[in-house]
Formats: sequence, C-alpha cells, structure tokens
Amino acid sequence: MKSSVLVVDTGVGNLASVLAAFARLGAAARASCDPDAIAAAPFVVLPGVGTFAAGMAALRRHGLDRALRARIAADRPLLAICLGLQLLGERSEESPGVDGLGVLAAKATRFAPPLRVPQLGWNEVTPEAGLLALPARAHFYFANSFHVQHAASDCHVATADYGGPFLAALARGALLACQFHPELSGQVGAALLRRWLDRGAA
Amino acid sequence: MTLTVRVIPCLDVADGRVVKGIKFQDLRDAGDPTELAARYEAEGADELTMLDVSATPQGRAHALDVVRAVRAVLGIPLTVGGGVRSLADARALLGAGADKVALNSAAAARPQLLTELAQAFGCQCTVLALDAARRADHLADQLGWELVTHSGKVRTGRDAVAWARQATAAGAGEIVLTSWDRDGTGAGYDLDLIAQIVDAVEVPVVASGGAASPSHLLAALRAGAQAVLAAGMFHRAEYSVSMVKAELAAAFVQVRR
Repeated sequence: MKSSVLVVDTGVGNLASVLAAFARLGAAARASCDPDAIAAAPFVVLPGVGTFAAGMAALRRHGLDRALRARIAADRPLLAICLGLQLLGERSEESPGVDGLGVLAAKATRFAPPLRVPQLGWNEVTPEAGLLALPARAHFYFANSFHVQHAASDCHVATADYGGPFLAALARGALLACQFHPELSGQVGAALLRRWLDRGAA
Repeated sequence: MTLTVRVIPCLDVADGRVVKGIKFQDLRDAGDPTELAARYEAEGADELTMLDVSATPQGRAHALDVVRAVRAVLGIPLTVGGGVRSLADARALLGAGADKVALNSAAAARPQLLTELAQAFGCQCTVLALDAARRADHLADQLGWELVTHSGKVRTGRDAVAWARQATAAGAGEIVLTSWDRDGTGAGYDLDLIAQIVDAVEVPVVASGGAASPSHLLAALRAGAQAVLAAGMFHRAEYSVSMVKAELAAAFVQVRR
C-alpha cells in the first residue's frame, strides 16, 4: 500500500517541492489544512517557509496548533522542516512576543555578522549515532536566517556549523525535525525521507 | 564553516525549450529543460536556476508548465525568474514548484515588491536578479556599473552597487549578479563587479555572466562570490558539473561531491 502523507498547508509556504519529493518515492502526498485529517493521517509533514509569526498565525487560524500538539503527544509520525522545526520551539527572535508550539525547549536566534544571512547552500551535517541512520558526513541543503542552538536532552540530535554549531536535526520518538530541507537535498535527502516513511510504517 | 560553495547551472527557457544567447540576444535551441535538469542534478549541481526569456504572453504561460515538469524530476533547489511582475506571479511560480523567485525589472520599478515577497515567503525565497553593465564613462581608477533592466534593453543610469544595498535592505535574501558586458561571451566573470557587490551586501551573491571554464568559476569564488552560475559551458557539454567540482576541489575550494 502507498504511504499516505499529509503536508500541512499554512498558505504561506511552497509545498510543491515537498509534494514532489514524496511523489518520487511513490508515496501518496497531498496538502491539507484540516485539523481532523492532520490528526488522523499516518504521516504528517510540517514544512516551513516565511516568518515565524506568519507560520504560527496560520496554524492557529486553522486550529492546527492543537492538532499538531496532540499528534506529538501521541507520538505519531511528524516531520518538521526548516521553519517547521523552529515553530516547535517556544519563541524566535524573528517575531518577538509570538509563542511557538512549545513542544521543544528551544528558541530561534538570528545568525550574526559577519556571516552571510540567510545561510543558503549545502552544509555538512554530523549526526549522533541513531538519528535515523544519517550518513556520517553528508551535506544537506539549508535556507535559513534563524537557527536553534540547543534541544532537550531526550532527543537524538545532528549538528552543523555556520559560525559555530547549530541544531541541524533532532529526533524524539516519531518526531523528526530538520533545519535543512530533505526535499531539496538530492539523493541524500530522498534517502532520509524513505527511511522516515519506512520506520513509521514498521 | 563547512558551508560549501554552490555550482548552479542556468536554463534560459523560451516557449518550453532551453535557449542560449549572447548578451541576452540571438537565442539558439540548447535542449529540453527536464532532461537537462535531471542531468545536472545527477552530475552534482547544487541548485538549478531557470530564467523565462519568452518574448510572448503565450510563452510566459507555458513557463509554469515547464516549472511543474522540472520540479517533478528535480530534488535540488530551483530558482525561477524572468517576467515576474507581482506577488501573484511569484505565488504561481512557487505553487508550480519554484523554491526561490528572482526579480529584476519589476523590483527596479517598485522595490516594495521585494518587501512584499519577503514578508509573504521569507527573504530566503526572494532573489534579486541584478543585471549590471559597465558605465560608458567607466574609468580604470573609478569603477562604475549601472543597473540594466528588461533583458538588457534599458540602461537605467542607476548605480548597481547602491541598488544592491537598497534591494537587500528591502528584503532580497540573495543576489544573482549578471554582468551584461560578459554574458554569453565566455570571457570570464566581471571580477571587479563581483568584489564590489559582495563587499556592499550581507546576503549571498551568485556570480553570473561570462563563464566558459572552471578557472573562471574559481576566479569568481576567489573574488568573493558564494556561488557561481553558468549556462553555455554546461549545455554544450564542454564541462560536466562534476568535472568543474573536481577542479575546484583540487584548488582547495569546499564543494559538495
């Protein structure tokens, strides 16, 4: 049976790349902003493009914030990408005064000069053992101005370096959150998405 | 830092086909966009840029179909530009599968459009396509470039460096910097131009216009560019992306392989 993937449609992101990446893997992927569907789907992706405030506003408008929190509490497969990872945290320098989903003890901060911001390009990701069997020294594609430095100790993490280490990915139970874009990371990214689907189906 | 430099093949597309011209004119057929896109990703391209150079509204409408077809096969980032006039145009391209949208003439006419795009989709999605030509009164001791728009047909007289600063302040998160003097000539990038723009802004700069060999790409990176874009040298299969990356790596440039 085809894996059924729902991609959270907040109206501010470009979902086409995410949908195309899953289509290439033979998964049945579609966009949705229906909280009931997002609570029930076997696989859910929270992509992220745009600002922290716009992302949270869109989630709240559709009642998706509660659906996502419930999904994480029930440990059902969820993949958060880029801004999606930051939205799982508590807050961001990008949008002071706006609360995130608060499921991770994390705060997003801006990369500081003299770094070129946004970080655009392929950066080497170093995983802890056990994080979805990420390859040892693979490059993934990043497109971010803000980053998270720390995550809670109950997560498996991977780090990358841009003027200092930052959180590249974390896994906690069925939750996988990537600061990079697996859907834009060529074969390495496709292989990660494949493993995420396979593990969730097991 | 371990962020690698990016090597970016560029597809100029008119009416559904890849074309190649000299100084934006005299376009010749150079292949099928999806075939070239897939080939370049397999060779190790870090991103792909697609510029719609169609001269007609029918050609423009066709560009969305090309973006969809390329997106279906492409697993690396796709920047699309050419004839983007409005937020609605940008939204349509993103919906079809672009990851970044590049603006030139419309942003020059109304810089606020960059801000609107950045607020809607983020600055990492908002690319300034900056076409610059050496001023007629360009002197060796007083370098100067002016912004050109409308595929090189309009020389605005506006200072290219000042425009780069203004556009990034308005919301552009990346600059694709094309030397109008060098585009399609194979004479190498305008290295003085690259150094000036890189120095003037805090966003990544993609060098474009004039590349015909790996040594040209290396020179642009040494001039400060974060990425290098080339078209003809790849389309004509004079060099593969992997050959180029091997040469850059041999010169101790960090590339993804």
